[in-house]
Amino acid sequence: MKTKKFFLILLVILNFKILYAIEPNNEILKNKILKNIRCLICQGQSVYDSQSDFAISMKLVIDQKINEGLSESEIYDYLKDQYGQWISYDPEFNKKTFILWGLPILLFVIGGVIVSKKLIILK
Amino acid sequence: MKNKILLSIAIFFLIFCFIILFKSLNNSNVYVPESISGKPLINFDSQDLFSTIKISSDQIFVDSEFYILNIWASWCLPCRTEHPYLMEFNKNSSIKLIGLNYKDNPDSAKKFINKFGNPYSVNIVDLNGTISIKLGAYGVPETFLINKERKILKKIIGPLNKKLVKEINLIIK
Amino acid sequence: MLASQIGYYSLILGLLMSFLITPICIKNFYNNKIIDIKIFSFSFLQFFLVFLSFFALIISFVISDFSNETVFNNSHSSKPLFYKIAGTWGNHEGSLLLWLLVLTFFIFLFIIKSNDQPKKYRILTILFQQIIIVGFFLFILSTSNPFGYLFPTPKEGLGLNPILQDPALAIHPPILYLGYVGSSIIFSASLAGIVQNYISKKWAKHIKIWILISWIFLTLGIMLGSIWAYYELGWGGFWFWDPVENVSLMPWLCLTALLHSILVLEKKSSLTSWTVILSIATFTFSMCGTFLVRSGILNSVHTFANDPSRGIFILIFLSILILISLVVFFLFHKEKKNEISKIYFLSKETSILINNWFVMYFLSVVLIGTVYPIFLEVISNEKISVGPPFYNKLIMPFLIFFLIFMSIGPKLHWIKTRFKKIKIQFFLLFIFSSFISFLIIKNMSFKNLINSFLISAAFYLFFITLKDFFSKEFSNLSQKISHFGFSLLILSILLNSLFSSELTTNLKVGEKISFKKGIISFESIENKKYKNYKSIVGYFRIEDNEKRLTILKPELRIYNQPYTITSEANIKTTLYSDKFLVMNLVKGNEYFNIRYQVKPFMIWVWISTLIIVLGGIHSLFKKNHEK
Repeated sequence: MKTKKFFLILLVILNFKILYAIEPNNEILKNKILKNIRCLICQGQSVYDSQSDFAISMKLVIDQKINEGLSESEIYDYLKDQYGQWISYDPEFNKKTFILWGLPILLFVIGGVIVSKKLIILK
Repeated sequence: MKNKILLSIAIFFLIFCFIILFKSLNNSNVYVPESISGKPLINFDSQDLFSTIKISSDQIFVDSEFYILNIWASWCLPCRTEHPYLMEFNKNSSIKLIGLNYKDNPDSAKKFINKFGNPYSVNIVDLNGTISIKLGAYGVPETFLINKERKILKKIIGPLNKKLVKEINLIIK
Repeated sequence: MLASQIGYYSLILGLLMSFLITPICIKNFYNNKIIDIKIFSFSFLQFFLVFLSFFALIISFVISDFSNETVFNNSHSSKPLFYKIAGTWGNHEGSLLLWLLVLTFFIFLFIIKSNDQPKKYRILTILFQQIIIVGFFLFILSTSNPFGYLFPTPKEGLGLNPILQDPALAIHPPILYLGYVGSSIIFSASLAGIVQNYISKKWAKHIKIWILISWIFLTLGIMLGSIWAYYELGWGGFWFWDPVENVSLMPWLCLTALLHSILVLEKKSSLTSWTVILSIATFTFSMCGTFLVRSGILNSVHTFANDPSRGIFILIFLSILILISLVVFFLFHKEKKNEISKIYFLSKETSILINNWFVMYFLSVVLIGTVYPIFLEVISNEKISVGPPFYNKLIMPFLIFFLIFMSIGPKLHWIKTRFKKIKIQFFLLFIFSSFISFLIIKNMSFKNLINSFLISAAFYLFFITLKDFFSKEFSNLSQKISHFGFSLLILSILLNSLFSSELTTNLKVGEKISFKKGIISFESIENKKYKNYKSIVGYFRIEDNEKRLTILKPELRIYNQPYTITSEANIKTTLYSDKFLVMNLVKGNEYFNIRYQVKPFMIWVWISTLIIVLGGIHSLFKKNHEK
């Protein structure tokens, strides 16, 4: 039973090597950035998912910026500077968004307090 | 009693949400960015539409009070409606008009100019659209009003109209 | 023409039925007789009239009657029959009529299926449900009449948006609505239960069936939408954290929490207030979703043609419903004095409580992420986007703990009795899972702490739920199936997102490109003509390093009514991975933009969702046998 399971898993793991092609690092970075920015002229699509003129040109610009050696966060800053906060799918933590980031965590803590009040710990 | 207090808090919150959502119903969800006045214009290299000679932004933005940079394309219909306003600006000697031909076929672009007239003193090409993105543009048509120090005074997304032309004229005065 | 007339008038008659049912219900509520048979007949009549109206709309679509405004806007005579019919609910007006149809059908089903319940409770449920039904009738008749008349009759319709012409999407709305509307029954029933002070074990047992039904349909509906997005939107993703997707996820999360807390109510008669709050919230979220989608407030791929008057109507309607439920809850609800409000730490109830705690947290993340931009824009006039990075950052770390709790939680009650033996077993499995995730992470080019923990936790849950199938001590089969499905789902999503690889490039016919994993050659293109579109099919040969061949044939469709180009991805699915190829036109030259993706374990995302649903179905039938 145990050995059978083990071999099954070994098989799966060995196959990861086949499945996982190592793409050039820039390509991964580029796709990551493209997924995190909004196509501003589309209805709620990321640049990665869009085929609009805007998105196609944006892809070329991101490519250039990566080749120029800009880091990921530098590229986001560049785009936010150019187009405003709306372009980034990852809202910055600032005085306008602290509720957005903080409220769920706060609710989680409150929920924890309520749950623990409900419980009686018995040894 | 405790329930009544909670109820009134909940109803108050409900009214708050109602007002917010009611207001947002009347907002349009088309994004219009705040005016970016005062931002310096980037430097770029391109080529002339007619002579296909390489030309840089330093060669273009010289000796004029104001510049109007207009992004256009022959395939773009709203560009035709704003064309007369550009021809109008051309008569004003304190403005230098620069056309940025966006993702266009050079031949059809030339045909467009021949048919409707040429308001631009320089016409440069942006074959893959990257210059426009670096300028912070959304698409065609789009118009930038730029001053002597190469600062962007106004950015207009979409075609020009009478009201916008008035606004530009006010700034120039 | 005739069909539209019949449809319109039967809709009005249907509304009149509500005004007949309501007084009868009120009279019957106060007298001592048994439940009035007239309520049965009028409810059936109402259902029948709405059905007639819906059927009439289908007929108008089938015969392409363009004097009907809805048909004109959303159909075309050259469309295949299947999409003419599916077009009935592929638009705003028709889909609302479908909502109403399911509403009236479900309340009728409720009446005939609740014979063993107290009379006053049943009548009150019908009354609350009638408020919702009347609201929808008024909404349809005042702002979204599906039988608008056009004169002169246009020769041809405008056509259905081609990306909606798809089998998965044709059945997606009806299934999803069954889920949404099922939650309306839960809503009305819990309000009636509060007023009658009837929230009890017996109530829990009876409402659990409705919870299961809506949960099953909602899960299936979301899955179908996701499948559609996967192959039709042509991006290779299946969940985008798009506001409209979030909006369907919120009632689902709520319903999942309810599905667990109702068990506590059923067995221990505890958590009454909480269960009632969840019951009310589920339907409220369904309605909020309808509001957000139909009003056009959200900036999303799936926007319906919007009209502010509709938004205002739903907003007012929604607020009235919430107001009613708030008043009913705070003024009528009484905690029972003999209720055991405390829960012992090492008990099954604890795990359910923790489950609810986490699910509510996930819900709050999704809710706040979806509506915060709307609020911020109104208050400070600033626009922000909340997308995948936000949800990943707030959900992923908590998911680790959730998965671990989910593995041990259901067994807490017997950990107490046989602590030692179990502890060792659990510990061994934990080491084993961590080891596997270490091996996986080692193979990757980038390392991420949260990902490795998440994979360990997911494997842990996977092994434990798998082990449960072989253990006899733990007999709840439906739970085993669903939890196993869930672990498989998380695992496939994780592995899929970590190991997906892709290649984007421009190619023209006859060209080849070699990449790390092999060679893609673009062999040829073929033009075809169909009834309602022209198509360009590309033939691609993909040869990987082991000389294995795959032929992929992505397609571009050029629809003429309305003129739209869609790209149809070609997907080769195996148990290991999906090979996904999509092509797009590049403006102005003979090149095509192609995106080739290898997505491991893709099929398991769908299979595991089906397993989750299967658990629900099993539980539903088990309940019926016991009766």
